[in-house]
Amino acid sequence: MQRHERGIALESGVSRVSVGYQVTSDHQLARLLQIGIVLEEVVEARAYHHHEEMGDDSLDEEIRDLLSHAAEESNEHRERLEAVIDRLDVDSVPFEEIEALVEAQYGQTKPEDFDGVLYDQLCNEETAYKFYDDVIEAIEASDAQFTIDREELLTTLRELREEEADGVEEVTRIMEGRE
Amino acid sequence: MNTADQYVKAIYLLQQIENGPAATGTLADKMDVSPASANEMIGKLESRGLAEHEKYKGVSLTDEGIVQARDALQTYCIIERFLSNVLDVEDFRGEARELEPVIDDMIAGRLDTIIDRKSECPDCFDPESDACEFLDVCDAEAETETEAAD
Repeated sequence: MQRHERGIALESGVSRVSVGYQVTSDHQLARLLQIGIVLEEVVEARAYHHHEEMGDDSLDEEIRDLLSHAAEESNEHRERLEAVIDRLDVDSVPFEEIEALVEAQYGQTKPEDFDGVLYDQLCNEETAYKFYDDVIEAIEASDAQFTIDREELLTTLRELREEEADGVEEVTRIMEGRE
Repeated sequence: MNTADQYVKAIYLLQQIENGPAATGTLADKMDVSPASANEMIGKLESRGLAEHEKYKGVSLTDEGIVQARDALQTYCIIERFLSNVLDVEDFRGEARELEPVIDDMIAGRLDTIIDRKSECPDCFDPESDACEFLDVCDAEAETETEAAD
């Protein structure tokens, strides 16, 4: 059940906010995982477009491999998150709509050079790591039971977080090697 | 968004509504905490140079506090707009309030790459309705309310 009803904001003129965060329902959990899917889609789309726009000739093998691996990993992460949402008692937003939005917006924020590509990838990996870390903390802070087994859920999210941490390390290693 | 950022944002919005210092009781009510908890956090904000508290009047943000509050409000606008425009969430305000503590500026920055945010942000945020005034959902609600009044 949601704590804050829309009516409170309209009636009192002073809406309430919550301090601290606990995931307490399938609905909240699904919403967070949807955000995770979007973040992964952003990583995948940006890695793919960086590769396409810079072209094989201007990217060396190390960066090509990095972008290719990032796109594959994000695709896999997204599928794992979607599989969890499918097992929750909620309606999900069709993935194609998110994909189209990310595609449409990419051009407005694309990096312009190599350093920009690496920095962008670092930012992607760090953001995804932080997101999974926060979600895990919010689930651990709650004693709610979800439709999906709690330990299985946490194991999945910890594995995703670990892979993002590896990603941060890999990009950092490449960046340091080029200084 | 951490707790201090949630507080400075709340104080910033209350100061706009009240056109002066934010009353501690109103702040506690908005944050859904006890007055003692609100006072404790106000003390922390004062020690960080973000707010000033005057007895019987309330709390006001310093210039530094205002800068931090506007950054926090921008992050909050991104969350609302993302929920409304990308995930098509009808109760985007309610869900934004719930998600606020777990979406920091870094995550919001990534979400910001796929939404169309106005250059006026965060001045477009209406403290009374707790939403960006450009969000389509607000227009839809306004139309509904007008129809109901008719």
